[in-house]
Amino acid sequence: MSSKKHYSITVNGKQEEFLAEPRELLIYTLRERLNITGPHIGCETSHCGACTVTIDGKSVKACTMFVAQADGKYVTTIEGIGGLDDLHPLQNAFKEHHGLQCGYCTPGMITRATKLLEENPNPTEEEIRFGMAGNICRCTGYQNIVKSIQAAAAEMNAAKEAAE
Amino acid sequence: MKDEVITREERVANLKGMGCSRKRVEDARFTQGKGNYVDDIKLDGMLFGDFVRSPYAHAKITNIDTAAALEVPGVLAVLTAKDLEPLGLHWMPTLAGDKQMVLADGKVLFQGQEVAFVVAEDRYAAADGIEAVEVEYEELEVLIDPFKSMQSDVVLREDTVDENGKPMDGAHGPRTHHNHIFTWEAGDKDPTFEVIDSAEVVAEETMYYHRTHPCPLETCGCVASMDKVNGKLTLWGTFQAPHAIRTVVSLISGIEEHNIRVISPDIGGGFGNKVGAYPGYVCSVVASIVTGKPVKWIEDRMDNLMTTAFARDYWMKGRISATKDGKITGLHCHVTADHGGFDACADPTKFPAGFMNICTGSYDIPTAYLEVDGVYTNKAPGGVSYRCSFRVTEAVYFIERMIEVLAIELNMDAAELRRINFIKKEQFPYTAALGWEYDSGDYHTAWDKALKAVDYEGLRAEQAQRIEDFKAGKTRSLMGIGLSFFTEIVGAGPVKNCDILGLGMFDSCEIRIHPTGSAIARLGTISQGQGHATTFAQILASEIGLPADSITIEEGDTDTAPYGLGTYGSRSTPVAGAATAMAGRKIRAKAQMIAAYLLEVHDDDVEFDVDRFVVKGAPERFKTMKEIAFAAYNQAIPGIEPGLEAVSYYDPPNMTYPFGAYVCVMDIDVDTGVTDIRRFYALDDCGTRINPMVIEGQVHGGLTEALAVALGQEIAYDEMGNVKTGTLMDFFLPTAWEVPNYETDHTVTPSPHHPIGAKGVGESPHVGGVPCFSNAVQDAFRAFGLRHTNMPHDHWRIWKTANELGLHG
Amino acid sequence: MIPAAFEYYRPKDMAGVLSILEEHGDDARVMAGGHSLIPMMKLRMADVPHLIDLQDVGGLSDIEISNDTISIGAMVTQHAIIDHDGLAEAAPILREASLQIADPQVRYMGTVGGNVANGDPGNDMPGLMQCLDATFTVVGADGERRIPAREFYEAAYMTARDDEEVLTSVTIPRPSGGYAYEKQKRKIGDYATAAAAVQIVKEGGSCASAAIAMTNLSDTPIYSQSAAAALVGSSVDDAAISAAIDAMLGDIDPTEDNRGPVAFKKHVAGVILRRAIERAWSRA
Repeated sequence: MSSKKHYSITVNGKQEEFLAEPRELLIYTLRERLNITGPHIGCETSHCGACTVTIDGKSVKACTMFVAQADGKYVTTIEGIGGLDDLHPLQNAFKEHHGLQCGYCTPGMITRATKLLEENPNPTEEEIRFGMAGNICRCTGYQNIVKSIQAAAAEMNAAKEAAE
Repeated sequence: MKDEVITREERVANLKGMGCSRKRVEDARFTQGKGNYVDDIKLDGMLFGDFVRSPYAHAKITNIDTAAALEVPGVLAVLTAKDLEPLGLHWMPTLAGDKQMVLADGKVLFQGQEVAFVVAEDRYAAADGIEAVEVEYEELEVLIDPFKSMQSDVVLREDTVDENGKPMDGAHGPRTHHNHIFTWEAGDKDPTFEVIDSAEVVAEETMYYHRTHPCPLETCGCVASMDKVNGKLTLWGTFQAPHAIRTVVSLISGIEEHNIRVISPDIGGGFGNKVGAYPGYVCSVVASIVTGKPVKWIEDRMDNLMTTAFARDYWMKGRISATKDGKITGLHCHVTADHGGFDACADPTKFPAGFMNICTGSYDIPTAYLEVDGVYTNKAPGGVSYRCSFRVTEAVYFIERMIEVLAIELNMDAAELRRINFIKKEQFPYTAALGWEYDSGDYHTAWDKALKAVDYEGLRAEQAQRIEDFKAGKTRSLMGIGLSFFTEIVGAGPVKNCDILGLGMFDSCEIRIHPTGSAIARLGTISQGQGHATTFAQILASEIGLPADSITIEEGDTDTAPYGLGTYGSRSTPVAGAATAMAGRKIRAKAQMIAAYLLEVHDDDVEFDVDRFVVKGAPERFKTMKEIAFAAYNQAIPGIEPGLEAVSYYDPPNMTYPFGAYVCVMDIDVDTGVTDIRRFYALDDCGTRINPMVIEGQVHGGLTEALAVALGQEIAYDEMGNVKTGTLMDFFLPTAWEVPNYETDHTVTPSPHHPIGAKGVGESPHVGGVPCFSNAVQDAFRAFGLRHTNMPHDHWRIWKTANELGLHG
Repeated sequence: MIPAAFEYYRPKDMAGVLSILEEHGDDARVMAGGHSLIPMMKLRMADVPHLIDLQDVGGLSDIEISNDTISIGAMVTQHAIIDHDGLAEAAPILREASLQIADPQVRYMGTVGGNVANGDPGNDMPGLMQCLDATFTVVGADGERRIPAREFYEAAYMTARDDEEVLTSVTIPRPSGGYAYEKQKRKIGDYATAAAAVQIVKEGGSCASAAIAMTNLSDTPIYSQSAAAALVGSSVDDAAISAAIDAMLGDIDPTEDNRGPVAFKKHVAGVILRRAIERAWSRA
């Protein structure tokens, strides 16, 4: 066993410092060390996207990153995207349009979608399907996920327009 | 009074009862990352257990050396069969009347089989410990093909033969070979053969429904915590049937059932994967007892795909006979069922091939005979119902393919062939040749609606043009029109013929109305995404007149929920939904007496109206359910006990028979085998519709899992028994990019025997979807002489079909 | 899936990388995005006692476009390639190909260097770079070497790069003419069943020059000079395309896997190449 090293990661705005083996996977750091259990583990080979978080502005599968790689970085998980008092429009839209069933893929799905809409605030259905293709859902068949993201995009664009 | 200005329609709307698309109450926590799945559980001092697994599909184990593993920092214990044997836990009973090794007892029978259980302080140490366990194997001849297995001298299961090597009787009767498990029959053999042998037209076909896997996004796992001071075992896990797990754990561990608490927290999809009892559960419990600490076991994805709960793997040979104008006269089906190394099929006890005897489908077939032979091979055990009732996907695939083959034989349109053979509306309740009594249906109406919606004749004309263009060299794309009409059999089921390990397959609901007019209801089922907390509250809202928003639904904790057999086989709505309605009616009956007392009239003089009891003929005199609830707790009413609670254990009189009509339009690139689903129309009739939004979501999901199975998803083995599809690179789970938009539609034919007329829908789209996608592929090649080709229709297999038909020039 | 323990290094410069490589030899490996290596480590199919993360090494993430050449740093991600409008204008095939690699999350992490350096025959960029006649710059204890992409791949996971060298950048002569990257795969996230990279220069109605490379149809990418030669001088008509396909089929050597048997792969390789040539020609 290699020795533990000191790491510092800012998760959802909070700086976390701890000792860990470098081989610890970021998903376990979040879930087991920091008790941030929103991101889930689905495939472990970077195919399903259940573990998606945002790291320094990129959508990343946290099952395929060692904690050592994440040292010094800023990580956002579903918990940092919106909560009771400040729900993200995507969180509302997924509920409103039945964009989830068992809920297991949902945190990764919404986290990825925030980034998608940041890069493309007005995506077509095709762009949503392509942009969300790194996240697998076994329950919904995606149709209502697409609908949810379209609805959130419309709401966010309307809010932006109103603010301008 | 404020209440008087509210109209009756508004009062109905306020309840958010049956029939409305109520938004889901579960979603707040899931969208905020606050779900509570089993791997989220973290207990003080919790240890982590994981398996050493066999790299071989068939081997003798000559030695297991755990010494080096025990030296790995953080590793506390390594369990082997030798450690479990004194406890009698090295083998465990399966749901199918067979038994299964918990840890390899001298040999292994499939790749990935559990050999030793390493218990460590964390998952990293456990993984290092696994690497350090030294196992010596002596490889044995591997049997992957069930037909070869039935011919082989190699005895896979020494425990199933006597000292002379003769097969002993199994749970389902005599066995004809040492690798044979059972023969199961339904219907009349001789009359069926007579009809077929003398028929004007007979179509024969052999088809393989390949092995696949439910693969929910969350794998299986558990946390076992033995509290030695109080003698209590708590077991959290991904259980689709928590009560059954409690009983099984009690029976095999000897811990009294009241000292076991099983909790299913949020479950990340099940689709049948989480019905069975797995070695991981047993080992975690033992490890917790041994160490006195909580022990967590969570499968990784490869473990999941390789070991827990495959589905299908049926070789089906069929003969169907008809008059020359297309009236079906007889059906014969023989199945060779590959069960792997242990028969761990999750079926009701008396049905070793599940409800495969629904294979006469939606058709009025007067004579039929089914026989199923179960066979051992060197593959993983399982045989679960992957998003379907027990083996119904296989049955519906079989009949919907046989219909297509018969249509070819008759040179007839397959839609028309279906139409002239459907069971007619006036024939319900209809007793099928293989014994089931279909409760209700109106197939012709559904079929006509579907064909009209897609402009079936227009599609056929377009297809004919495409064929001409193809022959003229103007296109390399063919067009397939996939049809399927399915009848499901769900809601297991009547206790008289359905049980699991002797436990009758009733279900239950217990309701407590609180003094302020809100309520909690607990059920014996467990949601895995179906949204029970939303929809069962809707049933109750309509039944008892309290708003769904005031009703908490709780499932999955055996210490609090009434006994039930769990959620799978689309049984929640048909059975627990019925229990919910019946318990609600008990509440209402008592409420009626309280209302009458409060209104100072006779019980019979009040009637229920949405959310209140009113005096007949005097609607201005009423008591709301909320008022009645309070009165139940604060007034001494002569002859009536205080409180307002009810419980119902519902034993359904029959199964329910949802049905549907699906059409798929697909373009196929003949040169690459690439398919493009241009259109998919799904009409479902699930009886009374509780929540249209949830129904539509279930249909989308079931169709997508059907698409996966039909077009590429398989658990494939090589000849050495190695699993070739152990990760999501090779095991096909479609992404948003591969999935089309679906058009959904419905008719409503209520179940006559269900209290609210509901039939269940979760699995219909999978059952009906698989043959529909497959038929679309096959239909594209019908004009070029194809009769049948096996799934999965991935690119290379479609290419092979085209190639064999000479379409590559 | 838990990898074996390792020592982790995140040097700030290439000298630091090289000294660790020199010290630990075969026991050390460099990692860029990690999306090929980490799954292998988790499956314990790759044993890496000393893991060198390149993320802090400066100067590896630049995209430079001049009149003649394009230079892409080893740590440039597929996402960055897709996102770079100047690059899309200078060599549009790079964006077209990158969009067909893996999925959005993986493309944020997956790098050009990682994709071309590890020699995985399933990766798309090696063939792409052969088509573009790229040159890989590697640096080792003895300094820099430049290796043409067309000479880089020896066998699966075997390349002309020494274990103690690091690939730092890819240099491409600025392409002209029409282009196409055509890939058949089973789903998003899959490797190619067959893929073809094609660049064609058209002059006065005929093909002046062409480059063709195929992916995942041998244990290395296949740069098919003979296929390109079949096009040069022709009007890229049916006969020329068929000749190019025949030539290409002589160069590839696919093996059977879950994507299908050899005959199928060869057939698809031909179809894919035909489509790529037709599309490239239409853009030329």
